[in-house]
Parts: sequence; structure tokens; C-alpha cells
Amino acid sequence: MEVNDVKIKAFPAEEFKDNDTLQLYIDELKKAGGSVIVGKLDQLIDWGRANSLWPIAFATSCCGIEFMAAASAHYDLSRFGMEVTRNSPRQADVMVVAGTIVNKMAPLLRRVYDQMAEPKYVVAMGACSISGGPFLNSYNVVQGVDRILPVDVYIPGCPPRPESLFYGLLQLQRKVKVERFFGNKRIKRNYRPETLTNPETGETIDPQIDFDNE
Amino acid sequence: MNNRDAYDTAMNEITQVIQQIAPDAQIETKQRLTVTVRPDQLHPVIEALYRNETLRFDYLISLTGMDWGDRLGAIYQLSSSVDLTQEVIVITAMADRDNPLLYSVTDLYGTAHLNEREIYALFGIRFINNPDMRRFLLNDHWRGFPFRKDYIHDPKLNPETVVSSEIIDMAPRIMEREDGALVEETVAVFGEEDYIVNIGPQHPSTHGVMHFRTSLDGEIVKKIDVHSGYIHRGIEKLCESMTYPQMLHLTDRLDYLSANINRHALCMCIEKAAEIEVPERAQYIRTIMDELQRISSHLLAWATHCNDLGATTAFIYGMREREHILDIFDKTCGGRLIVNQNVVGGVMFDIYPDFQKDVKAFIPYMRGRLKEYDDFFSHNAIALGRMVHIGLLSREDAISYGVTGPAGRASGWSCDVRRYKPYALYDRVEFKEIVRTEGDSYARYLNRLDEIEESLHIIEQLIDNIPSGEVCAKVKPIIRIPAGQFFQSVETGKGEFGVFIESSGDKNPTRVKFRSPSLSAVSVIPLISKGAFLSDLIGITGSMDFVIPDIDR
Repeated sequence: MEVNDVKIKAFPAEEFKDNDTLQLYIDELKKAGGSVIVGKLDQLIDWGRANSLWPIAFATSCCGIEFMAAASAHYDLSRFGMEVTRNSPRQADVMVVAGTIVNKMAPLLRRVYDQMAEPKYVVAMGACSISGGPFLNSYNVVQGVDRILPVDVYIPGCPPRPESLFYGLLQLQRKVKVERFFGNKRIKRNYRPETLTNPETGETIDPQIDFDNE
Repeated sequence: MNNRDAYDTAMNEITQVIQQIAPDAQIETKQRLTVTVRPDQLHPVIEALYRNETLRFDYLISLTGMDWGDRLGAIYQLSSSVDLTQEVIVITAMADRDNPLLYSVTDLYGTAHLNEREIYALFGIRFINNPDMRRFLLNDHWRGFPFRKDYIHDPKLNPETVVSSEIIDMAPRIMEREDGALVEETVAVFGEEDYIVNIGPQHPSTHGVMHFRTSLDGEIVKKIDVHSGYIHRGIEKLCESMTYPQMLHLTDRLDYLSANINRHALCMCIEKAAEIEVPERAQYIRTIMDELQRISSHLLAWATHCNDLGATTAFIYGMREREHILDIFDKTCGGRLIVNQNVVGGVMFDIYPDFQKDVKAFIPYMRGRLKEYDDFFSHNAIALGRMVHIGLLSREDAISYGVTGPAGRASGWSCDVRRYKPYALYDRVEFKEIVRTEGDSYARYLNRLDEIEESLHIIEQLIDNIPSGEVCAKVKPIIRIPAGQFFQSVETGKGEFGVFIESSGDKNPTRVKFRSPSLSAVSVIPLISKGAFLSDLIGITGSMDFVIPDIDR
């Protein structure tokens, strides 16, 4: 399967600027095993999933307001089937991490993520959640949410405009489309939890640990 | 007797009051009355100012923790609720770094409580007689005090983690017994039988990452314990390692709904210190942009407040009108939410050719929408039932807790910085300060809508008279401001926002502090929602309109 075969309703494949990343992802899926020839049933499931990604906005700061602007009438997130913002993580498919994550918030972010049901996706919205942004040198800021949880799409900007948010969410739709429900597992990329330690014992934490199902 | 004489007489009297209590206090009257006292004289001096008959200094503008390297201390900035132009600065310092102690002023000022807890978390100064001396902003197990000059950040000591720690509702404190002995003790925040609900930190109705631990009696709120710091980014500390032009972009991210106004405050503070003259055209642009920003802030506050009460339509309407303003911002400088327009010396970009036309088209449009809001929501029976006589805040409490802005003015406290300490062009335009005396959610709600009308009125007076000329004064790339302390406050959408800079004459400041209007607004929530229904708590927080990154900084 090639990038140009991945079609979503809102935006033609050739107009995306970073098709290479998606191609890499497809190749990785191929390597993970199983045939990438998507069955009809898989196509149906992916079609449904990609067009009804229900977000939970983990909004901590400025980006949250832009998310609100994107969800309201002028920009209208519902064009892509994403207007059903859920307040409970258990009903959401994609978590939009909008804003700075600080040390005090990190365990709670992870807990909300663990409470989401599979398949789940994470969008890092804005410079802060990508790398710490303007607060990179602060003593209390997590330098990117990918240290805490796997991220599917990064949306740069400070804060990103609603158009950028849409572009990122459409990229996510494409990622969902190339996945296979039957066969191989999802690949979680962009996750670098090397530094996580338990503050009480000083031991390194197993990154695969799922706190919700302990 | 002119103003200057009246001011001198008042200050002479205050000086005498202070000298009676603390004869060895150093008193300076260069710009503002600045008093340096020993730590043990602090409480008597502040109490005397608080109880001063002719002019009561009953408003604590800000409480700033300080580390001068060899000494730790605090700066109390006091003002009077009847005349905000009168200010007294009380400074105290001590050499003890291992166990620094000061006397609390929570018995006089409600707002001191959270501020003192913040100073404990950041500087390690503990306050005697503060009823609850837990750390604010940082976790209880945080090692070290990050705002001290000798603090070195070590990720090994304070690692980032995904393991949640239990919240322990035990508050340490130091109380002074009647015989003068200090007793360290620990008290429970809640009763043993209390039923506690966590509202937040990830909750759609707390307007961000606020965490209220709420104890309930059935449906009635018994007590609220405010937890904050879920977005504490250490902006003030970051500023200390930045040059002045670099600091500017961080203020936008405090109260992002009043981004332009915050930045205006910092620019003015630096301009005042470095004696930079701002061109007339830039002043016009700044004032107009500030008022547009205030409208957009109030619109969002209105929209989310109505949304909290269940009116989703109102939310959509408010956001719709807000987009018109954001379009004007976008065309002016490319930013929507965070505008990046003000720089030291003026504004970064000139206005675009159609600016005046767009703004003039917006004014009648917005007036029509205000009428619409009034028709469809302001007199709605359900809305009235959930706002009138709910969340009552008295004038005394508003002053004690330092609740300014539309919320303070809804309690009958005339506290508009634009009127008392006019900056930019506010002394040349006519506007009405909206004051109501009911003090309930509905008064705060109406105040915001009326202030939108006043902002439109201000813009109307300025938009046709923008003079031609430069938009930015010539400023050196590296700005140095003379040694000293500088303060500048402005009126944002939420209330009085202040910037305090202490400089040693270098290209970076030694201490920066932002006076946050939202911190005051949230510190009063436990008081005004006590005895309210749980569902009304959400409506009350909506009516107070706070922004969490502004609280945590």
C-alpha cells in the first residue's frame, strides 16, 4: 500500500506536505508482520473510525482556547466528525494534549491516557506539548509529552491556528486509515520514556506499565 | 490645595504613624513611600497602616517573595480601596536561610493566604499564624525552593514521573501562643467524616486545570480546598535569565485572553524604567488593541459562563463574535490569540490600511449582538434563577481578597486601574466605570456585558484620530534599566494585572513578579461558594472568570 492510496474525504493525498512520514509508518506496519492488503472489513472499520474520532481535550493553557475556537461555529470541527468532545476519557478516541504539561500534571495526564479505551490516539498540540516550547528551560516543565505517552501527531505552533489543528487531525485520519483491525497490533511510535523514575523509590519505571489495569 | 500637596500631607501623616511603631525603619519617599522594617516590626507596621483612620491601607496589591542572595524577604505592596493612587511599599528581609520565618498578615488580608503559601513553596519562607502552611503550586514532596538564587535544578531530585502521589489533607502550620512561644503543629484540612469530591484538575467546567477538593453535605458545598500548580511553568524564574525584550513573549502566555494587555504592562514597566518615550501613534494603537482584547476576553468569559449554566447556544454566539476581533488581530500582526504586537518603545507592526474600516464596521455589529444577548439570555428565567443572589461577595471581602476587575466592581468597589492610574490614552477618553452593588453572579455577568459597551465607546473616540508618525521609538537591542524596583499595573479583562521588576542595572532583571488578578478571584471561591449547591459552584466559578496559567505563572 502506498501513500496515494490512503484517501480521506476532506483533503487529497497529494496536497499533504509530509507524505514521507506516513510512508515510513506504512513500511513499519508492513515490517510488523501480516499482509498490508486491507480486507473489505478492515476498510469498513477504518472508514468508520477515521470519520468519527471523538476527542478529549486535555487543555491546560492557550492551545485549549484555540481548540475551543476550532470546535465552535466559525471553524467547525464537526465537518470531520470530531465535534463530539468527550469529557470522559473512557468515551474518547483521541486525546488532544493542548498546552504545557508540568511535573505535577504528568501523572494525571498518564492516568487519563490509561483510562482511554483502545484504539486510542494522542495529538500533541502546540510547542509546549511537543518539547516544552518557550518554557523549555523551566524547572517544572515536561519537555514533551512523548516522554509520558506515545504521540501520533505533532502540531507545531504557539498556539497553532485552527487550520493547523485541522491539518494535524486530518493526518491522524490517514494514520487511522492505514491501520488494520485484524492481524497485527498498532505500533506506538514517538515514545521516549527513558527518564521516568518513581520519585519515592528512585527506580526506573517500566514504560509499558498500564496503571489503569494494575 | 492641589493634588501634590494633598499627597504630601497624607504621606507625612503615614510616615509619622510608621515612625511611632518602628522608629528605626528606613523610609524613602522618592517615587512611592517605601518602608524597610525589621521582620518583627512587619506585622505591627502593616496593621497600623491597615487601621489608619484617615486612609485605610486595606488592599494588598501584591505580596512578593524576594531573595537578595544574602537575605530572604518579602515586599508588601499596599494600597487603599478608596483611592488606588495611594501606595505604600513595606519591605522586610532576614539573613536566616535555614528557617526563615515571618509573621502572617492573613488576619488582615484574605488574599495573603495563598500568596504566603506560594512564597513558602518558592522561597521557603514560612509564615507564623497562617492557618494552613502547605506548599501552593508545587507538590508537597518537592525538594528545594526553586526561586532561591542558590537553587540548582537537578532532575534527579525532582524527577518527572507518571506515578500519582496521594493527596494528604494534613496542613502543617506554626502558631504563636499567647505567651509568645511558637508551636509547630499539623491540622486536618477536612473532618474525618467529610465526603470529598475532586473537581478537576481535568474538568471541563473549571476553566482549565484547577483542582477544587470539595467536601459536601448532600448537595451543599461545605468547604473547598484550592489546589493549584498544575500549570506552574516558573515564568517568573525564567524571566530572570532573559533580557528584557525576550521576556515579552512570556507575559502573553499568562492570561492568554488578555495577552496584549499583559504585554502592554510589561512594556510600560520597562519603558518607565529605561525612560523611553512612546510615540503618539503607538499609544493610540495600543489603546485600541487593548480595548479590542478586552472585548474578546469578556466575550469568552460570557460564552463560557453561559455554557457552564447549560446554554450551549450562547457559547457558540460568543465565540462567533470573538472571531471578528481575532480577524482584525490576524490582519494586523498575524497572531490570533497571542498577538505579539507590543514591544518596548511602541508596537511591532503598524496597523493595516483597512484597520479603521474594519473596526468601525465591528462597533455597530457588536452593539446589535449585545442587544441580542440581552434579549435571549440576560432575562431568561433559568439564567436568573442560577445567577441572582448566588455567589454573594461583599465589598469588604472583595477588597480583602483583592478581587478586582468586573467581579470586584460588581461588589461595589470602584477599582478600575484605567480610572485611578491612567496609562496610555485612558486619561483622554471618556468612559464610565461600571459599578454594581449586588455582588452576586448576575451583577458580574451584567458588568462584563456593560464593559463591552464601554470599550466600544472608547474605541469610537480614538479610531478616527490616530495621528500619523512612527509606531516605535528607537530602542537599543540590549536594554538596560537602572537599578531599582519598578511596578506598573494595568486593567486586564480580569482585573488589576501588575508587573514588578527589580533590576540591578544589568541586562537581565534580578526578580520579576506578576500580580495576578485570577489568583485573587480563585482565592475567594471557597468563601463565596460555601453553602451553595454543588451545581451552583460551577456557575460561580464561571462568573468569577479566572484563567489558570495566570494563577500558576
